[in-house]
Order: sequence, then C-alpha cells, then structure tokens
Amino acid sequence: MLSAPLVVLLQPRGLAWAGATVAALASFAIALALTIAVLDGQPQVYAMGGWPAPYGIALGVDAFSALVLLVVTGAGAASLLAARPSIDQQIEQERQPLFYSAWLLGLAGLVGIVVSADAFNIFVFMEISSLASYILIAGGPDRRALPAVFKYLIMGTIGATFYLIGVGLIYMMTGTLNLADMEARIGDVVDMNPILVAAGFITIGLALKAAVFPLHVWLPNAYTQAPHMVTVFLAACATKVALYVLIRFDYLVFQAKLADHEVQFALFAMPLAILGILVASAVAMFEGNLKRLLATSSVAQIGYILLGASFVSQAGLSASVMHIFNHALAKGGLFLAVACLAYHYRDLRLDQLGGAAARMPWTCAALVVCGFSLIGIPGTAGFISKWLLISAALESGPWGWGLVAVILVSSLMAVVYIWRIVEAVYFRAAVEGDSQPAEAPLQLLLVTWLVALLNIFFGLFPGVPLELANSTATLLAGFAS
Amino acid sequence: MTPETAILVALILPLGGALAIALAGRVSPNLRETVTLVTAAALIWVVWGLLPTLMAGGRPAVEISQVMPGLTIAFKVEPLGMLFAALASGLWIINSVYSIGYMRGNKEQNQTRFYTCFALALSATMGVAFAGNLFTLFLFYELLTLSTYPLVSHKGDPATVRSARVYLGVLLSTSIGLFLPAIIWTYMVAGTGDFTPGGILAGKLDDPAIGLLLGLFVFGIGKAAVMPVHRWLPAAMVAPTPVSALLHAVAVVKAGVFAITKIIVYVFGIDFLFDAPSSGWLLYMAAFTIIAASLIALRQTNIKRLLAYSTIAQLSYVVMAAAILKPLAEVGAAIHIVAHAFGKITLFFAAGAIYVASKKTELHQLRGIGRRMPWTMAAFSIGALSMIGVPPTAGFVSKWYILAGAFEADNLVAVFTIIASTALNAAYFLPILYLAWFERENSGAPEHGEAPLAAVLALCVTALLTLAFFLFNGPVIELESQVVRGFT
Amino acid sequence: MKLLELLGYFNYWVFAIILTVGLYAVIRKTNLIKKLIGLSIFQSAVFLMYITMDKVEGGTAPIIQTGVENQIFSNPLPQVLILTAIVVGVSTLALGLAIVVRINESYGTIEEREILDAD
Repeated sequence: MLSAPLVVLLQPRGLAWAGATVAALASFAIALALTIAVLDGQPQVYAMGGWPAPYGIALGVDAFSALVLLVVTGAGAASLLAARPSIDQQIEQERQPLFYSAWLLGLAGLVGIVVSADAFNIFVFMEISSLASYILIAGGPDRRALPAVFKYLIMGTIGATFYLIGVGLIYMMTGTLNLADMEARIGDVVDMNPILVAAGFITIGLALKAAVFPLHVWLPNAYTQAPHMVTVFLAACATKVALYVLIRFDYLVFQAKLADHEVQFALFAMPLAILGILVASAVAMFEGNLKRLLATSSVAQIGYILLGASFVSQAGLSASVMHIFNHALAKGGLFLAVACLAYHYRDLRLDQLGGAAARMPWTCAALVVCGFSLIGIPGTAGFISKWLLISAALESGPWGWGLVAVILVSSLMAVVYIWRIVEAVYFRAAVEGDSQPAEAPLQLLLVTWLVALLNIFFGLFPGVPLELANSTATLLAGFAS
Repeated sequence: MTPETAILVALILPLGGALAIALAGRVSPNLRETVTLVTAAALIWVVWGLLPTLMAGGRPAVEISQVMPGLTIAFKVEPLGMLFAALASGLWIINSVYSIGYMRGNKEQNQTRFYTCFALALSATMGVAFAGNLFTLFLFYELLTLSTYPLVSHKGDPATVRSARVYLGVLLSTSIGLFLPAIIWTYMVAGTGDFTPGGILAGKLDDPAIGLLLGLFVFGIGKAAVMPVHRWLPAAMVAPTPVSALLHAVAVVKAGVFAITKIIVYVFGIDFLFDAPSSGWLLYMAAFTIIAASLIALRQTNIKRLLAYSTIAQLSYVVMAAAILKPLAEVGAAIHIVAHAFGKITLFFAAGAIYVASKKTELHQLRGIGRRMPWTMAAFSIGALSMIGVPPTAGFVSKWYILAGAFEADNLVAVFTIIASTALNAAYFLPILYLAWFERENSGAPEHGEAPLAAVLALCVTALLTLAFFLFNGPVIELESQVVRGFT
Repeated sequence: MKLLELLGYFNYWVFAIILTVGLYAVIRKTNLIKKLIGLSIFQSAVFLMYITMDKVEGGTAPIIQTGVENQIFSNPLPQVLILTAIVVGVSTLALGLAIVVRINESYGTIEEREILDAD
C-alpha cells in the first residue's frame, strides 16, 4: 500500500496501451486504498531508502494529497482507458509505445509531486511531469502544436526555476528540504527577508505552472493543440497539481511563521483570482473553437480554486479543495466528450459542429451533463463546490457580497459559453457535404459516460471528497492559525 | 403503497416514463403515445392516492441523501404541494390527449423528444411540489427550467432558438443570480432550509434585511414572472401550444408562484412577515404587475401573446394574495393556482385548436369563428369568463377569497387592484368573445371546421372543470385551510 | 567595510545579474534558439546560487579522510541537488531544441513572428 508511488515510478517503460492502462489502473487502485486508509484517520508516510525524515527523502499521504492523488490517478486511468481509439487516430502506430511511456512518465511525475514531502523532490517530479507533458502535447497532429508547446516549455521552465530559487533560499536559511521540517525551522530564522523573497519566488513560479491569470497564456494554446486524450488528462490534473503545491507551501510552510503572510497571500491571490475568473469567462464567451473555449474556461476555474484558497479560512479552503476535485470531473468529462466528437469531426470550430446531436446523441448528452456540472447546476458535482465557495465568501466579511456577485456573474457567463456549445450541436443545421458520422467508439463513449455519471453521483452524494476536503481544510487551517 | 413510497414513485414514474417514451419512439408513434398516456394515468393514481393521507392531517416525508451537513435532498408532502402535484398530474393526462391531436394535426418534427421532455418536466414538477426544503426545491426548479428548454425551442428555427435563449437566460440568471444567494443566505441565518409551518426565520433576521431577502426570493424565482422579470414568458410563446399550456397553466409558472407562496408561508411565516414593514413592497410590486400586464395585454393583437400577458397578471394575483399575509388570502392564493390553471389551459387549448384547424394566430382573424368552431369557442368563452371572475366559473371562487383576505387585512390597495384588473380583464377578453360570436366572417375566408377530435375533447374537459370547480371546491378549500390553521 | 560587505556577496550579485540577463533574453529575443540560450543562462544562474550557498569558509571537498580530524567540509547536499537540477536543465534544453528542429521542419523558420504569421 505504501508503495503506491513506486508502482507508478517503476512502470514508465510500459510498451503499449495495455501496459500503460494496467499500470494506471493499478495506481488508481492503490490511490483508492490509500484514500481509505487516510479516511480511517492515519496519514501514510514512507521513507525512501530507509532514511528517516528529515534526512532522507520522505513520501507522505494525508487527506489533501489523498484527494489530489485520487484525481490524478483517476484522470490518468480514465483517459488511458479511453485513449486507444482516439490515439490510434492521431498518433502513428510506431510512435505509440514512446507516446504511452511519456504518458506514464507524466503520470508518475504528477503522482510524485503529490506524495512527495520534500521540496526539492517536488521540483524534480515537477520537471519530469512537465517534460513528459511537453512531449505529449507536441504529439498533436497539427503543426501549430509545436509553437504552443514551445511557449509552454519556456514558461514552464521559468516557473520551475523560480520555484527552485525559492527552495534554495529557504534551504539557505533553514537547512532542510523536508516540508514539515521547514515549517518548524522557519520559526527560528532571525532574518525573515530571504524567506519572504523565497515565498514570492515560489508563489509566482507555481502560479506560472498552474496557469493562474495573468500567467496563463501558455495554457489555451497548449490544450487546444494537444492530442484530444492528452488534453483530457492534463486538463483534469496538471494545473491542479501545481495549485496543490502552491496551497501546500503557502499554508503549511509559510503561513504559520511568516508574519502577515495570510494578508499578503490574500492580497496577491484574490485580485488575480477575480480577474482570472471574469476575464477568462468573458473570453470563453466569444471563443469559436470548442477545445480552446473549454481551455479558456479552465483558466477561470483555476481562478475559483485560488479564490477559495485566498479567503484563508477553513470554509474557503475546503471549497477550494473540493473544486479541484469537481472541476477535474467536469472538465475531464467535457474533454472526453470532445474527444468523442473529434473522432468524427476534424474541425472543432463551433460552427462546424452543426447537427452533431442527431448523429452522436450519447456523446452530446454527456457533453451537456458535464457542461451543467461546470456551470454548477444543482444535482451535479459543480454545484457543491459553488455552494461551498459562496458560503465561504459570505463568511469572509464585508467584501463577501461582492465576491458572491463575481462568482454568480461568472456562473452566468459559464451558462452563456456552455449554451453556445449546446446550441451548436443541437440546433445548428449540419454543414453541407460532410460525411455522416456515427457514434464514437464504445470504449471512448463508456468512459465518457462513466465520468458524466460520476458528475451527477458526486453532486448528490459528495460524502467522500467532502470529508477529505474538510479534513484538508482543518489540517491546513490548523497550521495557519 | 405507503405514502412515503408514493412520493418516490411519483418522482420516478415520469422519469421512467420519459425513458420508455424515448425507447418506444423508435418503435412506433402509437406505442409512444400509449406509453405517455399510461404513465400519466399511473401518475394520477399515485399522486391522488396521497390525498386521503393529507386530508387526515398526515405529512409523509422522506429523505434521500444528505449532500452536506444540514443540506439534504428531502421530500415532504403538505397541502400546498399536494394541491400543486394533484393539479399538475391531473392536467398532464388531458394535455397529453390534446398534444396527440395537436402534434399530429400539425405534423410536427421530433415528436419523441417532445414527449420525452414533457415527461421529464413533469418529474421535475413533482419534485418542486414535494420538496421538503429549499435546496431540494432549487434542485428541481432548475431541472424544470432545463427540461422545458427543448420544448420551448422545439421548432428549432433561428427565431425560436433566439426566444428560447431569452427564456433560458432570464430563468437561469435570476435563479442563479438571486435565488441561490437567497437560499444560501437563509441557510446561513437559520441553519436550515426545511419548510416548517410558521417559518424558520422568525427572530433571526432584522428589518431591512427581511425585505432584501424577500426581494431576492421573489425576483430570483423568475418563473413567477413578477415584473420586471416577466420577459421570458412572452418569449416562450414560440413554443408549440401544448407546451404553452403546460408552461402557463400547469408546470412552470405555477412552480414559480407555488415556490413563492411556499417560501412566504413556510420559510418566512406570514405573521413574521406581516410584522416586518420592509416586506410591504411585495404587495405593491405585485399590484403594479397586475395592472401593467393587463394594460399591455389590452394592446396585443396576437392571441398567444395576449394570453401570456394575461398570465403574468394572473400570476401576480397569486403573489399579491400571498403578500396580503392573511390566512384567507393564503387560501385564496392556493385556490387561484388551481382556478387559473383550469381557465388558462382551456384558453391555450382553444388557441392551439384554432391554429391547428385554421392556422389563425391574430385576434382580428377570429371574426365570426364561433360558427365554424362552436365547441372550441364555447370553451374559450368559459375560460375567458373565468379569467374575469364571473360566476359560475372557477375564477370567481379564488377572487372571492383573495378579496375577503384583502378586507380582513384592510388592504385597500389590494382591493382596488382586484377591482381595476377585473375591469381590464373584461376589457380585453369581452371584445374577443364579441368578435367571435356576433361579428360576421369576412367574405372569401378559407373554409375550415373544428380541430382534431383529441384536441376538442381535451379543451371541453378543461372547460367543464372550470365550471365544476365553482360548484365542487369544498375539498380543495378544506385541504388548503390546513395550511393556515393554527396561526390565524 | 561597506564595500567589503558588498563584495562579500559577490557571487550573489553575479547570480542576480545572470538571472536577469537570461530572463531578458527569453522575453526579448524572437529567435527560438536564442530564447533557449537565454533559458539556459537563466537556469545556470540558479545553479550558481546553490553552489555558492554550500561553500563553508575554509571548507574542502566532503570526503572523509583517515587521520584527519575536525576537517571542515563544504555542505555536499546542494551540490547533489544541483547535479540533479543540471540534468533536468539539460533534458529541458534538449527537448526544447528538438521542438525547435521540428518547428523548423514544418514551418521552415525559427523566427517567432514568422511562425505566428504562418498560421
């Protein structure tokens, strides 16, 4: 059970889809087992190489990482499970084994980030996953994928390097890389300035990786041009993991000992979150390409997660963590449905998708369900996190109503852009002269519907993720106070 | 079947029906329509089976799941909801019969989608009617909006889609933008959202905030079409007529006024609200809507748009009656939901029948139509008289109660509004009747007869119901009196 | 004294300057290869920072020798870390260059503006 990350780490040479899928499923199963263990109340710690922390490199799973681990492995498993038909179409046969191994490397990197309790290790895993995702995105069939991925590479590397600088500064002052240890020793540091600088570097670096507005410019292009299944995988978890590290650092490491850090963090994060939510939603409202529309909406959704975190309250945190989970479900489902559509529609501009609903009724129905979840219609997962977020905003004091207004306005914007998709597939007449597409392959469709149904399930019975989110919030807020 | 299971069955039945209809639609239209009728009949049996329990004072309740601590999906049947559910299920079957005549008569496209969404909308309506707390109410309220959207946009041409967009836009933005914050606010203030006799907010909220919260609720529930959030209703007139009948008489708008009444009675509590000066504006807003909508209706030349504005006015009757905050008026509000449903569905059925038979949609085309379609126009006349409130029709009964409540509260604004709007109703309905019965048809008009039998049958039944309700309204009034008993 | 103190931080000054130079190149240059060179410089600056901080006054390489007591060592950990970081940096650079090669194959140019114009 403790070897969860190891299984994934040792598997990157899976030769083809089957191997990759089995590995991903196994890691998902282990993540589930870990979650159950964590729900029982025991955080899991594993000291690599037998050295006890803080000297050795420790891996640890608590409620927060368990939830994110579930998201990451779940997204990995689901997208790999469904990937085959779509990948066959987009990637040449002989390149596929390499492609899948890059995929597994990316998954391993993300899992590594989540379970790692060591700041430098996080950097290494972050770069492993980033490098793998550059490769995955560059695998896109369109040549425009290449400049997109180049931009991502440059910005991603800058982000990672910033993070490295920050970690270096902290190490200089505290002499440790273990997160928990860091938190303890920061208190002894006399001169706080380097730590402050480090906090700045780390926050900005991770914000770059997480595509927090206005550092998001790499994201829409990269997601749009990536192979469809890669988009599913990355959209569901890649930026979330960066946010996870960001929240972890800011709450666990800095919050407790750095004077006024919570005010600084809130002042930094909240305006960006609000701007991100509003601007990205507005852009999405006028976007003509389906994938790019959804990618832009991701930037807005990241804003929600950051907004929740920036309240620096328990309610806000649990809303934020919950939204990590729910948005992964909704966006993953949406991109899966897009992959289904793309199986027959080469051109994903909205005005080319007319009449899709008549030809691919199941796909489009799944698209609508996940779209509702993204909007936050009650009965879907998205509603739960919106509810939590609004409650948290109301608790947060005199500005609360303004924030509620922001959330609500952006929900309405979400209605607009989701509805543009619905109208395109349901009401626009089919474009003349295209072939008659039938329903997507069963394999793809089943997974899509599984995710869509999960959206509804977790909208009605959000017990498990909610419990994890709440204990996360207790954990993090406990450190902060 | 215990009452608790009956609640669940009432929810699941139309849902299962929708699925069966979708599947049957692939086999044959006849099978599909049989399934629709069977489902509707079964639903009546289940829902009306709950009536004796309610009459005896039982309040069956059932809890499905706890979404978050304090936030549950729960159902609880009480007299208001029971009335609404009984009404909706009863009219569904009549509407289905009518739909069959109308849809076949017009050879509409996508009929399977139509019947499926209809059944879905009914399921959502049952959920609204039986909701045991605000959260559940909201859940089904949104489902109702979404499931009726394909019905409104049924035709699918650009103009229709644009109107449907207004429909969805207004309803969703008010519900997400105002209703949802109001609900969350209530949960935060009261710690619960359960519908409790006497209200849950008493003593927990102070004065200006009460009026604000009430405003969030009233305008958030866009389905009640209190001005200025009434725009969606005329826009929705692009829908096929059976949909308009469902929207305007049975499900959507009634869900709106029903929700407002329920919130006033069970969340605020009428005594609590009566003592809060800041809640007084609601009455004036409703009165304004009644008069303004009636004036607009006076200027309409399209039959369905006229009926739409008349609906807006009639809905505000219910809201105003609820806002009078006296027991008799609350009973009047509940009864008016029923009375207006019978009358308005008759009017829409008649308008649809005229369209099927002759493709006429404008008022001036109705000249002399009474001779060609005597049954339809007789029913139309009964519906119109009920709108005005002339005995012996259903409209008279409810107006009587509302007026009585207004006098009890010494509320002269309400009294005056009712009198003025009655005059206005007469002013826009009576010329139509005159035109239809006493004017001569223009020479050279195309020949046509009555609408298809199914349609005529349905509208005659609803017209008879309108008349019958005047005579046999005892059980309904007794049931609804339970709502206010105990805190007069 | 003041000057000496500043000079004492000489390595950190170099670090800051190199960092800025690298970042400037990444942002300002439109040639993709030059961008990558900038990125590389930018990363090297960080390596320098790590190496600087592990230096202990009068320390030698951290090798345990028999017969030598109380030897002062430089901290080995940052060196290990930075070895890893260098590997990461090199692979990033390699991947970046590979992408540039493919961009050149499909666009026939490595100038950012021309690529944007091409689509």
